[in-house]
Amino acid sequence: MSEQTLRQWLLSDEPTSRRQARLSAWYQGWLAFRSNTLAMLGLLILVFLILCALFAPLLATHDPFTQDLAMRLQPPGESGYLLGSDSLGRDIYSRLLYGARISLYIVLLVAMVAPLLGLVIGTVAGYAGGWLDVVLMRITDIFLAFPRLILALAFVAALGAGIENAVLAISLTAWPPYARIARAETLTYRNAEFIHAIKLQGAGPIRIITRHIWPLCLSSLVIRVTLDMAGIILTAAGLGFLGLGAQPPSPEWGAMISEGRKYILDHWWVATIPGLAIFAISLAFNLLGDGLRDVMDPKGGTQ
Amino acid sequence: MTVSNAIEVRDLTVWFGSGTERSDAVKRATFSVAEGGSFGLVGESGSGKSTILRAIAGLVPTWSGEMTVAGEPLGRKRSPAFYKKVQMVFQDPYGSLHPRQTVDRVLSEAMQLHGLTDIDRRIARLLEDVGLGTGFRFRYPHQLSGGQRQRVAIARALAPEPKILLLDEPTSALDVSVQAEILNLLADLRRERALTYVMVSHDLGVVGHLCERAAVMQQGEIVEVVTVESLRTGAVTQDYTRHLLASAIASAR
Repeated sequence: MSEQTLRQWLLSDEPTSRRQARLSAWYQGWLAFRSNTLAMLGLLILVFLILCALFAPLLATHDPFTQDLAMRLQPPGESGYLLGSDSLGRDIYSRLLYGARISLYIVLLVAMVAPLLGLVIGTVAGYAGGWLDVVLMRITDIFLAFPRLILALAFVAALGAGIENAVLAISLTAWPPYARIARAETLTYRNAEFIHAIKLQGAGPIRIITRHIWPLCLSSLVIRVTLDMAGIILTAAGLGFLGLGAQPPSPEWGAMISEGRKYILDHWWVATIPGLAIFAISLAFNLLGDGLRDVMDPKGGTQ
Repeated sequence: MTVSNAIEVRDLTVWFGSGTERSDAVKRATFSVAEGGSFGLVGESGSGKSTILRAIAGLVPTWSGEMTVAGEPLGRKRSPAFYKKVQMVFQDPYGSLHPRQTVDRVLSEAMQLHGLTDIDRRIARLLEDVGLGTGFRFRYPHQLSGGQRQRVAIARALAPEPKILLLDEPTSALDVSVQAEILNLLADLRRERALTYVMVSHDLGVVGHLCERAAVMQQGEIVEVVTVESLRTGAVTQDYTRHLLASAIASAR
């Protein structure tokens, strides 16, 4: 290894270990991703938001919950309020930073629950076929037939308002498309010769689904999830806006817009600034998703 | 000389669909392959030759008749012991390897499934045996050529050290120059490991190179079973076989 650089080691045509082969595949993906300027922009915005959320206590200039009615509705830049203050005199900039934590928390939870649920249901339905496929897919259809926000509203109404319930509601409404995608992918692969080949080695259905079909569905699912993140954030914000997501005084961005609505004509910043934040994070996820599609889609040509 | 039969197939009928939709892909096929023998199935595309292989391998559940492989009568399901004795090489080397798995992963998983130990050393030797150096061990399929992929597929089939190999047109997706290499590899492996082959091909030349006997198939039926010698000399009884031979000779010119 002393003779060659790390880069040469990573790009070697003849990897000499499992680790090198895997790292090499990742590195080539990264190189392809890096050449996509817009995707990199999305990633940068996201990294920036994550850093903001992580270091919110250090970056914030005020306590996000402290009210100061004498200083209410200050325009941006005045009296030490970087992005102005809201109707209760709370610093919008600080609330924005803490709100990033909530948004990322929602995104993370939904991203862990919904695609996994969809993946399991979709691949099992696709691989098993027969009556199991019919039953699982009709359940999926039923969930798909409900308007997403309305179903989420019903869940929140039944379970009570709050972030966790909002996440649960969003997850329960978000999985059907993933199940559909996973099933469609599974159908294209279940009769592939490499699946027959591993069957002939004596592999059972669980092994085939989890170790041979999942890795193939994963890339299209990851892409779809990233592209859906914007929608998920907007749904979460929408629930917050309707007062069914995060509860006041929590600095959730949707709830902040909802509060600013009353003042939108005279004090535009109260609603606009959290709106811009939602816009930025949604855009970042969309750009990232597009970039990931270019890198990960096996039909994209590099294979 | 008492040579027991590795494969016996009697009155094998394979169909797809049911009711009025039912179509018989194979009709009452009967043949046997001696242990250590090499048997070819020849015919045009759609004549049902690949379907016979798939039925033996257990990939087509809708069949009737009797099949006995290595002394074991076959039912609807195949036992793990069956897969240790019988393996298959597929036609399309581009479709038969998982696109996200390295050669190492493919071979080690096959060996794990058969409960083999000392996998590291076995993989190295197996790759050597099929004419791939260890430099190929950690490559992904997209880093391999068609011929190299087919060698990996053959290595995978040999991983459980089977007695019988089912070959489904193993060379038809390859360049002519690579075809010869793979055929020679298969011939060498058969000699070294005393394998029994059943090979499907539409190419009489390929069958003539690798097999001793062959069944000629037309529209799901075995027209006749001939020795390769009689194919060479033209001593065949059926018109269809003569027709196939004539077109093979014509295309060779």
